[in-house]
Amino acid sequence: MAIEGADIVKAAAFLGAGISMGVGAIGPGVGEGMAAAKACEAIGKNPKEAGLLTRTMLVGQAVSESTGIYSLVIALLLLFVV
Amino acid sequence: MALDIQTWIKVAAFSGGGMAMGFGAIGAAIGEGLTAASANEAIGRNPKLSGDIFKSMLVGQAIAESASIFALVIAMMLLFTNFPQNTMTPFVLIAAGLCMGLGAIGSGVGSGFPAGAACRGMARQPEVSGRLTTNMLIGSAVCQTPAIFSLVVAFILLFTDFSVRPFSPTWAAILGAGISSGFGAIGSGLGGGLVAEASCDGVSRQPETATPVTNVMLLGQAVTQTTAIYALLVSFILMFKAFPSTDLLAPPMALLSAGICMGIGAIGPAIGEGFAGRSAVAWIGRNQKHIADLTRLMLVGQAVAESTGIYSLVIALVLIFVV
Repeated sequence: MAIEGADIVKAAAFLGAGISMGVGAIGPGVGEGMAAAKACEAIGKNPKEAGLLTRTMLVGQAVSESTGIYSLVIALLLLFVV
Repeated sequence: MALDIQTWIKVAAFSGGGMAMGFGAIGAAIGEGLTAASANEAIGRNPKLSGDIFKSMLVGQAIAESASIFALVIAMMLLFTNFPQNTMTPFVLIAAGLCMGLGAIGSGVGSGFPAGAACRGMARQPEVSGRLTTNMLIGSAVCQTPAIFSLVVAFILLFTDFSVRPFSPTWAAILGAGISSGFGAIGSGLGGGLVAEASCDGVSRQPETATPVTNVMLLGQAVTQTTAIYALLVSFILMFKAFPSTDLLAPPMALLSAGICMGIGAIGPAIGEGFAGRSAVAWIGRNQKHIADLTRLMLVGQAVAESTGIYSLVIALVLIFVV
């Protein structure tokens, strides 16, 4: 079995894609959970502001989601482009 | 020096057995320590109930222990079973050991949370100890499911004959399957434990909210288990799909990478969903009037946290089926 350069590069790209998305998913998941936890706490204390709190939570989560989306983009680039 | 296959199988069996029990001991020990700490706190507050609290501590610790007993079973099997002498066996043994060892971490720690909360709750409200114990048992049982998924995958790995399949890329599929289920179980075990802890606290603070608190706990825990189920799904695909033989390096790496991606990607979302579930359940326990708002917000928050787990699933499936 002769391993060529192009094959090694492709194998590394696949491995990189998996590591990028796998490890990259940890932070956003935990962070968004913390945001949701505090939003639940705030609604428990002040239920009248449920609408405002839900909006704020979603905006905050969207920002923390961005790094997860960067990981996804890099993974897709590694799989299909480079 | 050329090593024969028998030597490699022994090497893999011993290192796999070591990893199974080494990693597998982490979670249960931490979880049981947390339970014992809470039991001490509770007995300090209410020494008259020391008998009941002691019993509750032991029951809770026994459940947390089960995850590491699974790991012990797999480690013993790896040490003392005569495995078929083929080139696939070393990979199977390493994968099974890693899968069960890593898979026991989350469930062990997670089960410790509700057991500790039940001990503290008993000191606070001795009259609800029956309801509290039931709630703890249900919550801890759900925490153990990811460890059971890992056990199932480890058994399937050990008892399936992979030698009929082409060596490459099946070796990578086997390793990927073990890694996926192993890492994938960590987050769900921990997350489920966080939710169950809040529900045991809630039952002991306001016993009349026990029913809604238990229901929302089960809902929140179910969401935390989803990423472990994705990881199980990826493991099953890797174990049971027949992959065409290849001489290249890239196809096996894609399968290994799929396992790493889904396994590690499942940790974060499940812990995050656990935080969200814990907070929602805690506040329903204090004021069940807002159960609708809190449940809705919990589910929305968990759904957003789930998204990165779904990205991992998508990338894993692309690695298996597309590239």
